[in-house]
Amino acid sequence: MTPFSDRPRLLTDTQVEALRTLSLSRRALLGAGAASIAAAGLPGTASGQGAVIDITRARTDPLPVAITDFQGAQPYGAQIAQVISANLARSGLFRPVDRRAFVTQGQEATPRFADWRAIGAQALVTGRVEQQGDRLRVEFRLWDVLPGQQIQGTAYTTPAANWRRIAHICSDAIYERLLGEKGYFDTRIVYIAESGPRDRRIKRLAIMDQDSENHRFLTDGSWLALTPRFHPSVNQVAFMSYLRNEPRVYLFEIDTGRQSLLGNFPGMTFAPRFAPDGNSVLLSAIRGGDANVYSIDLRTRAERRLTSGPSIDVSPCYSPDGQQITFNSDRGGNQQLYVMNADGSNVRRISFGQGRYATPVWSPRGDLIAFTRIAGGNFAIGVMRPDGSGERILSEGYQMEGPTFAPNGRVLAFYRESPARDTRGGGYSARLVSIDITGFNERAIPTPTDGSDPAWSPLLP
Amino acid sequence: MKTKLLGVFAAAALLAACESTPDQSAAGAGQTSGGPRPGSQEDLVVNVGDRVFFDFDRYDVRADGRPTLQRQAEWLQRYNTVNVQVAGHTDERGTREYNLALGQRRANAARDFLVAQGVSGARVSTISYGKDRPIALGSNEEAWAQNRVAITSVR
Repeated sequence: MTPFSDRPRLLTDTQVEALRTLSLSRRALLGAGAASIAAAGLPGTASGQGAVIDITRARTDPLPVAITDFQGAQPYGAQIAQVISANLARSGLFRPVDRRAFVTQGQEATPRFADWRAIGAQALVTGRVEQQGDRLRVEFRLWDVLPGQQIQGTAYTTPAANWRRIAHICSDAIYERLLGEKGYFDTRIVYIAESGPRDRRIKRLAIMDQDSENHRFLTDGSWLALTPRFHPSVNQVAFMSYLRNEPRVYLFEIDTGRQSLLGNFPGMTFAPRFAPDGNSVLLSAIRGGDANVYSIDLRTRAERRLTSGPSIDVSPCYSPDGQQITFNSDRGGNQQLYVMNADGSNVRRISFGQGRYATPVWSPRGDLIAFTRIAGGNFAIGVMRPDGSGERILSEGYQMEGPTFAPNGRVLAFYRESPARDTRGGGYSARLVSIDITGFNERAIPTPTDGSDPAWSPLLP
Repeated sequence: MKTKLLGVFAAAALLAACESTPDQSAAGAGQTSGGPRPGSQEDLVVNVGDRVFFDFDRYDVRADGRPTLQRQAEWLQRYNTVNVQVAGHTDERGTREYNLALGQRRANAARDFLVAQGVSGARVSTISYGKDRPIALGSNEEAWAQNRVAITSVR
């Protein structure tokens, strides 16, 4: 896996002479592009400020985009186009135009927009790759087909081995320019890879790009590993390990593979979650039979107890501004969702529907809390506002849990389990899935083995 | 019904264990009577009963589990150099993190019972596996009932 220091470098304007000749100023063009797209009747981009996806429209009418193979150095050019195309299609909000319909392959300096209009494309992606030793220079352009204007022109340089990240960064740029909010393609997912029979299940920490590529196992499976969560820097994960049969929260550095005990606290520690500033970790610790929420300062490793009382308080998660914490507790008789101030004060219950509620996670946008609900013999994944209003169920089934937000708050990942159909556990499976927060576009996230406990990273640094 | 059967079996086996004591004292770790070595994990499983069951989302020791824990306490007092670990488990019908806590509560409840019977708490460690190390692999009430359990094992 490529270290973060190899982040593709955005070339400065002086390095992008060719692009500048095409555009008076990038900023001006972007503004023009956004406006022209709105004029073309695309959903939700009219204002250019606070624009949101019109999901109702997008789900029935995904935006048709023609993505040409990038010209120049192959196979990179074709591969980058394939990755962009797969990303956009997977979002459910775009429809890559069938390339067999292309009249040209995007090799002209200025596209013949009539050809692209004729096959129904509203946006066009072209690009060029130059290989310079072991580095690539990738130039990428996004065009608004109807008025025939360039919306974005950007160039990057990167080690050739890093070409996938270029494709993801281009995908995010397209998503953001056309939909008015940040993308989520240049991200990773850390999760638990599972194999073997359930009574001797091997559970390993594993990581991959959001499109399942660059998969890597991080632990060898000697000990149970559960519930990984990303540090905001994305280079560290907090998770629970049964190392030497002592279930505790550990920190794992992705680049070096170094694993260290978070702290020598009494009793089982579990359910870790980093603070948004990365300086502390929330977790649950069991002492005397009660599970309470603690905050652990990562510099001093000092602990601070935030909840108390004879209850199970687990799965804490900060609001994105770090001011509040949501968690689930059985203090009211069964599992329900609660919100409190970050110092543990002002605890209030927010879930009041039928059944038990668990695993609350705050959206990076702050507007929603996703949860697992167990009711009527089924499990479900849903969202509600932080005050408990507006509850919506997105997906329901035999068993599912552990929602995690993509960094733009538009997509959730979680895991689904199927029931065993015999006494030997045959038919049981655990699979990662993603779903749009409107409840459409549920799809499998492929993994080499069974998977559970996904955690979606922020956009890579 | 499984626990009842175990109970009857355990009562008979306990007598057998008493009868074999003289042999055992001479033979040390020998198995002259052909049964499990007294004070061993197998002895605990076969002659005492290593597990107690719980109701859904509960962690209080049920009436049908108390005789088992009483026998465990007596057994631990007889073999007073043996240490045990109580592992708490849950069925699959809950969320992972909550079930880790619930399993720990079940393990604690069994340990507290043993301690109340006079066993030193230092000899009884606990661990929770939540729903992640099920005993029965099915997805039905019978399997879930077997997985709502605290299992004592020799360390």
